[in-house]
Amino acid sequence: MEATEFAAAVRREDGVAVLALSGDVSAGAENELQRAYGEVVTEPVVVLDFAAVDYINSTGIALIVGLLAQARKSGQEVRARGLAQHYREIFRITRLSDFMTILDEEETE
Amino acid sequence: MSAWPQSIARVIRRTERPTATEAAPVETAAQPLEHRDVRPIEISPNDPIVAYFQSAPGAVDLDDLELESPALEALREAGVKLAVPLVSQGELVGLLNLGPRLSDQDYSTDDRKLLDSLAAQAAPALQVAQLVRRQEAEARSRERIEQELRVATTIQQNFLPRELPDLPGWDVSAYYRPAREVGGDFYDFIELPGGQIGIVIGDVTDKGVPAAMVMAATRSVLRASAQRVVSPGEVLGRVNDLMCPDMPAKMFVTCLYGVLEPATGRFTFANAGHNLPYVRTGDGSAELRATGMPLGLLPEIAYEETEAQLEPGQTMLLHSDGVAEAHGPTAEMFGFPRLQDVVGARSGRGEVIDRVLTELGRFTGAEWEQEDDITLVALTRHGAAPVARARGLDIAFQVASEPGNEKEVSERVAEAVAPLELPPARLEQLKTAVAEAAMNAIEHGNESRAELPVDVSVRAFDGELVVAITDHGGGREIPEAEEPDLEAKLEGLQKPRGWGLFLIQNMVDDVRVSSDESTHTIELVLRLEGGGNGSD
Repeated sequence: MEATEFAAAVRREDGVAVLALSGDVSAGAENELQRAYGEVVTEPVVVLDFAAVDYINSTGIALIVGLLAQARKSGQEVRARGLAQHYREIFRITRLSDFMTILDEEETE
Repeated sequence: MSAWPQSIARVIRRTERPTATEAAPVETAAQPLEHRDVRPIEISPNDPIVAYFQSAPGAVDLDDLELESPALEALREAGVKLAVPLVSQGELVGLLNLGPRLSDQDYSTDDRKLLDSLAAQAAPALQVAQLVRRQEAEARSRERIEQELRVATTIQQNFLPRELPDLPGWDVSAYYRPAREVGGDFYDFIELPGGQIGIVIGDVTDKGVPAAMVMAATRSVLRASAQRVVSPGEVLGRVNDLMCPDMPAKMFVTCLYGVLEPATGRFTFANAGHNLPYVRTGDGSAELRATGMPLGLLPEIAYEETEAQLEPGQTMLLHSDGVAEAHGPTAEMFGFPRLQDVVGARSGRGEVIDRVLTELGRFTGAEWEQEDDITLVALTRHGAAPVARARGLDIAFQVASEPGNEKEVSERVAEAVAPLELPPARLEQLKTAVAEAAMNAIEHGNESRAELPVDVSVRAFDGELVVAITDHGGGREIPEAEEPDLEAKLEGLQKPRGWGLFLIQNMVDDVRVSSDESTHTIELVLRLEGGGNGSD
């Protein structure tokens, strides 16, 4: 029930920048997400890994929208993986999945 | 004219017509009376002299008259010698009575002619004057009745509450409409220590000023007693003992008095012969039962005390006879069962008082003249707005308006609906919708003021799961939510935020929003498959 603190670790997998997110993607995630994204802003591709995330709310979606907007300006490709079924549905409903590649579990493993 | 008689008797004639029992005294004085000892003479309507005078061609010598008539005796005793009947339109309207001539001579033919022509002119004038006087008396009596009605109305209205109490978590409404001939209805709210509130409804068995006075007295005694003792039964007992000695004959007061604890919905009440309140529950309506003698009949009566629990979403209606005893065009009575049905109607939307008045209007028709005062007092406990058939699932809780508490709300709702065994995806959708709605309530409705609670109720009924989330953001405009457009947001044309309501709407089957002066409620509805028992 307690809010789980958000963290974003920057990793590299086969030369691709990965933001490994954990905790709640909500209002409290803003600074940490910006900080981590700052490290990968010049990369051609960024993968958001949601595997350790089990709560995303509308404020969290707004943060991802903000991140996507920045990426579009610089022509950066954003991918997402590790999304629970429920949040994949939400990414579809909000059309976030039209602007980022949602990697299925099989493809990301 | 100098020959005018000195002694003149006033004659009062009583007729059969009721209006003329206000005797029409006929003063025939043309000069000051010197002998004041002359008393009025009453002529009974069945005295034979009446018929005689009515048909007499002119002045009548009483000395020559032979009639078995008490009036004749009286006239003679008063010294009347000559009586000149004043007849107008065949009706004897008065008499001109003359004593002996001062000169001790008999009245001459000229005298009689003069008197006859005088009578012929005086009679119609007198009749007109009598008519005018009668009409004036009738108008005065009508005006007196109207005035009395105004006084009664004024007393009544001065003793009804000017404003309704502000009970956190409750909607309170009251309606009072006096009949033309004001009855003795009253209602009252009494603030008590500890946030409790005393609720009174009563009816004095009479109308007009007497009823209004007794109503005012009852109200004052009740207010004073309620401040001294808490127990409603004891309060009514005291009021009864105080009222008994001074109660006018054939009058009494029916009264229901209860104490409501707004925080818990506990309603403790006692009843002195008043109509039983109805409670709109999940599956219709129930009667709150308590019996006792009306106030003012017998001293030292013990009043039974009953406790009821008003749940979130339930409405209690207190009412006076004016509704149930209203008659329709076919003389049928509206009746208590019909009133109870209106209160409990499943399809009933809107405020219960409005619904009762609408039904009553439909029943009585447009031509109806209200027979008795109508008083209605309704109290609704906030919570799940539609009163639902709770089928084993009816849970309510509160959280403080602190950031992050939306997750707690979401988890607790998930626990609450566990017995419904929702499919996992549905449960996730519900949790997201609940968290978003709770976040709106905390941040927008309650403006993150921790001391303001967010009320949550979870109910399953009739194949629907309803989660109601209530904040204190009522009474203000809710800005129209902009449909989020992702492309516009990515282009910076819309702010990145604004997904809350959009998410909610996409997560549940229905969203119902309602507001009042102080609160705002959003209801999230999931249709349950398999008739709402969650067995899908």
